[in-house]
Amino acid sequence: MQDRPAAEDLLAAVRGFLNDTAMPQLQGHAAFSARVAGNVLDILARELALAPGFQKAETRRLKALLDVGPDAKDDLLTLNRALCDKIASGEMDLSTPDLRDHLIKVSMGKLAIDQPRYQGYKTAQANNWPEEESK
Amino acid sequence: MTKKNHPAAEKTDASDFETRIDELCQSQFGAGVTNLKRLSGGASQESWQFICDAKAYVLRRNPGGKSASQNALPKASEAAIIDAAAAAGICVPRVSYICTPSDDIGEAYVMDFIEGETIARKILRDAEFDGVRPDLATQCGEVLARLHQIEVSPLLDLPHSDAAGELKKYAEFLHQHKQPHPVFELAVKWLSDNLPPPRAPVLVHGDFRNGNIMVSPEDGLVALLDWELTHIGDPMEDLGWPCVPSWRFGQHDLPVGGFGQRADFYAAYERKGGEVDEASARFWEILGTLKWGIMCAVLMSRAFESGADPSVERGSIGRRSSETEIDLLRMLLEQD
Repeated sequence: MQDRPAAEDLLAAVRGFLNDTAMPQLQGHAAFSARVAGNVLDILARELALAPGFQKAETRRLKALLDVGPDAKDDLLTLNRALCDKIASGEMDLSTPDLRDHLIKVSMGKLAIDQPRYQGYKTAQANNWPEEESK
Repeated sequence: MTKKNHPAAEKTDASDFETRIDELCQSQFGAGVTNLKRLSGGASQESWQFICDAKAYVLRRNPGGKSASQNALPKASEAAIIDAAAAAGICVPRVSYICTPSDDIGEAYVMDFIEGETIARKILRDAEFDGVRPDLATQCGEVLARLHQIEVSPLLDLPHSDAAGELKKYAEFLHQHKQPHPVFELAVKWLSDNLPPPRAPVLVHGDFRNGNIMVSPEDGLVALLDWELTHIGDPMEDLGWPCVPSWRFGQHDLPVGGFGQRADFYAAYERKGGEVDEASARFWEILGTLKWGIMCAVLMSRAFESGADPSVERGSIGRRSSETEIDLLRMLLEQD
């Protein structure tokens, strides 16, 4: 068990330093880079909070979609490679039951971490596309 | 991530760089440099603005002066294409000087500064562009029709590409990558099943989109920039790329660059002598979205992780691949 302060609190402190101390002193390309750096810190904070639950949900759905046995390898890399093979061969496509729902949820989860303000994400929400599950 | 301490990294030293620009200005334009500043944006290209003898210029070079990425034209060919476009009546910034190795600046050229806005979000949102925004899609269609009718000297030895070749190239990038991408795989399959019929190849800009056009509040489209991906290929590529959702900058209901409708864009293109194949343009929109996704997920990530470009900016672009996944799903489900 790692000692405190917690990772998310340390990240928030770095974000505060960037906003309150560093950015006001920067100009031009350095100021631009600092804004990008701030966005990256926000991605990391969301990933820390959301990714563990998202990965459980993705794994559970992939195992069902691919019908993997209880003794098969079930890490996300192996499962996603198997899914890619089935899509590339034409064995599965968007008319495959549950595949469309699965891919939408995975992409929604990635956006919830990477860029929750992206227009395509908002459009998807407005069209009632399902969010990634949190466990 | 490994960090390499290569010579190009030392060359970015600011005062040293300014000294070399000053020497270039003295020898080429007969006066020293003032007001040198880096323009923000542009991960694949550095742009530096400066004043010399009361005239404003922009120096464009590959990041850190390193040699071009595998897709980009040599700077001298890019400058020759810009000259050919100018001769055809297309608004472009005139190239004043192509840098040589003795300038010690890297692959670069100097062009005239043109007054206008290139930042897509400003063009889409700032009130001063309200008057010209409704005509931009029409202006874009006209300029592309003119561009696609240019006869290019075979001496220029430009790269060739077509739909099948581009798809194959990007599918290979995807499959060399260790990370699996089921949505990209779905797009590759759809595109291979829906290849457009081949048509007579033309001069294609290759990066025609909001962000690479210069817009003024008075005249709308005033310059076409960023010619480093120019090639010989399918004209519908240039009609599809500006409609890629990432280049609509948040205005998804205005598919052409976030400022216009396809109908106006296509009509202007045809009025000026072009011929639109809508299914093919749609193919190129989807291929364009996939290409941008693979550029982010594979090429940007690889440049970052290898240490070739360890900047925060490069790394963070890698994470933009997720936006293309949701866009591709919307397109493949025919909701875009």
